[in-house]
Amino acid sequence: MTQGTKDIEALIDLLSRLPGLGPRSARRAVLHLIKKRSLHLIPLAEALTRVGATARECLNCGNIGTTDICDICTSDKRANGQICVVEDVADLWAMERSQQFKGRYHVLGGTLSALDAVGPDELRIPRLIDRIAGENVSEVILALGATIDGQTTAHYIADQLPGVTVTSLAQGVPVGGELDYLDDGTITAALKARRSL
Amino acid sequence: MSGLYLESLTLSHFRSHRRAKLDLDGRPVAIHGPNGAGKTNLIEAVSLLSPGRGLRRAATDDLTRRPEGVGWKVTAILHSLHQVHEVETWAEAGTARQVRIDSKTATQTALGRIGRVLWLVPSMDRLWIEGADGRRRFLDRATLSFEPGHADAVLTYEKAMRERNRLLKDMVRDAHWYAALESQMADAGAAIQANRLATVGHLMQAQAEGETTFPVATLELTQPEADLPDGTEALKAAFAESRPRDLAAGRTLIGPHRSDLSAVFAAKGVPAADCSTGEQKALLISLILANARGLAQDFGAPPILLLDEVAAHLDAGRRAALYDEICALGAQAWMTGTGPELFADLGERAQILEVTEASGTSILAPKK
Ligand SMILES: Nc1ncnc2c1ncn2[C@@H]1O[C@H](COP(=O)(O)OP(=O)(O)O)[C@@H](O)[C@H]1O
Ligand SMILES: [Mg+2]
Ligand SMILES: [Zn+2]
Repeated sequence: MTQGTKDIEALIDLLSRLPGLGPRSARRAVLHLIKKRSLHLIPLAEALTRVGATARECLNCGNIGTTDICDICTSDKRANGQICVVEDVADLWAMERSQQFKGRYHVLGGTLSALDAVGPDELRIPRLIDRIAGENVSEVILALGATIDGQTTAHYIADQLPGVTVTSLAQGVPVGGELDYLDDGTITAALKARRSL
Repeated sequence: MSGLYLESLTLSHFRSHRRAKLDLDGRPVAIHGPNGAGKTNLIEAVSLLSPGRGLRRAATDDLTRRPEGVGWKVTAILHSLHQVHEVETWAEAGTARQVRIDSKTATQTALGRIGRVLWLVPSMDRLWIEGADGRRRFLDRATLSFEPGHADAVLTYEKAMRERNRLLKDMVRDAHWYAALESQMADAGAAIQANRLATVGHLMQAQAEGETTFPVATLELTQPEADLPDGTEALKAAFAESRPRDLAAGRTLIGPHRSDLSAVFAAKGVPAADCSTGEQKALLISLILANARGLAQDFGAPPILLLDEVAAHLDAGRRAALYDEICALGAQAWMTGTGPELFADLGERAQILEVTEASGTSILAPKK
C-alpha cells in the first residue's frame, strides 16, 4: 500500500468512529469528498481547522461556541430572568431549534452519580448557584432526564435555590440528551406545561 | 379457552436444549425424565417470560447453550385473558436480555403486565429457615403478580440506595445530595411497602376463602428493628435521621430492603421455621395456591405455575389433592418429576411430556 492509500484509509477510519457513521458510510463520504475536492473537501478541511482552533465551552453556561462567553450569555435580549438547566449541549440545541425558550441556559455536562464519581463540582452546579444572584434570575427550569440520576440532580438543585421559582418540564417528556430526538411541537408543549417543584 | 396459558413454546440454544418446540392446549403440563435430562431447564425458559432473571436467578450468559455460546432465544404464544401475544426474549453472547412483545421492543415490566408466572423450586425448601433475602424475593414475586408496577418501584429504590450507600462509604457530607436520593427512596419505598402489605392481605384473604387441603399460613411483614414509618414523608424523615448511624455502618440500615416475611403454621401456632420439612413445603404450596386463587379473582385468570420436583416430597394423598386443586383452578401448571407414575393421577387432565438426553442435548417427546 502506498502512503497515499494509507492516508485515505486513515481518514475513512476516523470518520467511521463518529456517531451515526459506520465503515460503509465513511467510505462513501470520503469517496465523495475526494471527487468534489474544491467544493467539499477543501472547505471542510478549512472549517475543521478553524473550529479546532476556536471551539470552546462558554465559561458562564457551558454552551459550546467560539468565544469565552457564548452568544446567548452576551445577548441582553436573553436576560429575561429564566435559566433552563440541561444535561447536554445537544439538549440546548434542541431547545433553541424549537424557538420557544427566550431565556438563558446552564449546561451541567451530566447528572449526579455517586457510583460514577460524578459530584456537584463536576457538574457546574456551584456556578449555577452563583449565576442566580449575579444575573437576576427569577425562574430556573429543569429539563433533566426522568432517570434516577436525572431526578436526583433535579432534587439536588431545587433544594439549593430558595427564593427562586424552580419548575420542571412536563413529566413524560424524555429529556437528558434525548431532547434532541423530540420534535419542536413536543418541546413547546413540555415548556408550556411545566410545573413547580 | 380464555385464561392465561402458553399455546406454544420454542427454545433455541437454551441450556441443554438445542432446538425444541412444544404445542400446548392450556392443560397442566407434566414433565418426566431422568436426572439431568433438561426438565428444569425447560421450565426455567418459561420463567423468563416474566420480569427478572428467572427461577434459577441465572446470569444471561449462563443460559446460552454450551459449547456453542452463540446466545439463546425463547419464543412463546401467550394467551392472556382474551388476547393472544407473541412473546420473544433472547440474549446474544455478552449482552443483556431483550424482550419483544408482538414484534415490538418491550421492557421486562411489560412482560409482567400481560402474563403472570409463579414458581416453586427445590432450593426454596429451605426458604423459612434461611435468610430474609429469599423470603423477600418470594413475597416480591407474589407482589409483582398482583401489581406489575412493583418491579419499577423496586428498581428505583435499589438504584437510589446503591447511590446513597456509595456516599456513605465515601463519607460524603453533602446533605443536599443525601436528601435528593432519600426523597426518591422514600417515594419508591412507600410504594414497595404498600404493595407488599396489600399482597399479604390478598394472600390472607385467599387462604381464608379458599377450599384447600393445604395448611393455612398466618403472614406478617416484619422489620428487623422498629416498624417502618408509614408514608413517603415519614420515610424520608427516617432516612435523614438515620444518616449518622448509616455513615458509621457504611450502608443504609433502615428501609423496605430489610423487610422480612414471617409465617406461622396457623392450625398449630408454630412458626414456619420450626415446622417439619414436609410442613414447611406444604406451607409454600399453600401460599402458591392461595396466590393463584387470588389472581384468578384479581387479574381474571390463574397464573402459569412452575412446580419443579413438586411431586417428589408429597405422599400420594397430598399429591392427588394438589392435582385436584390445580385442575379446579384451571391453571397451566408445569410440573416435573423423574417418573411418569408420579403423574398417573392426572390422567387425561394433563399433557404428558417425556424429556431425555443424548450426548448433551435434551430431547422432548410429547405423549400423543
Ligand atoms: N448452558 C448450558 N449449556 C448446555 N448444557 C447445559 C447448560 N446449562 C445446564 N446444562 C445441562 O443441563 C443439564 C441439567 O438440566 P436440568 O434441566 O437441570 O435437569 P433435570 O431434568 O434434572 O431438571 C445438565 O446436564 C447440565 O449440564
Ligand atoms: Mg431438575
Ligand atoms: Zn453561555
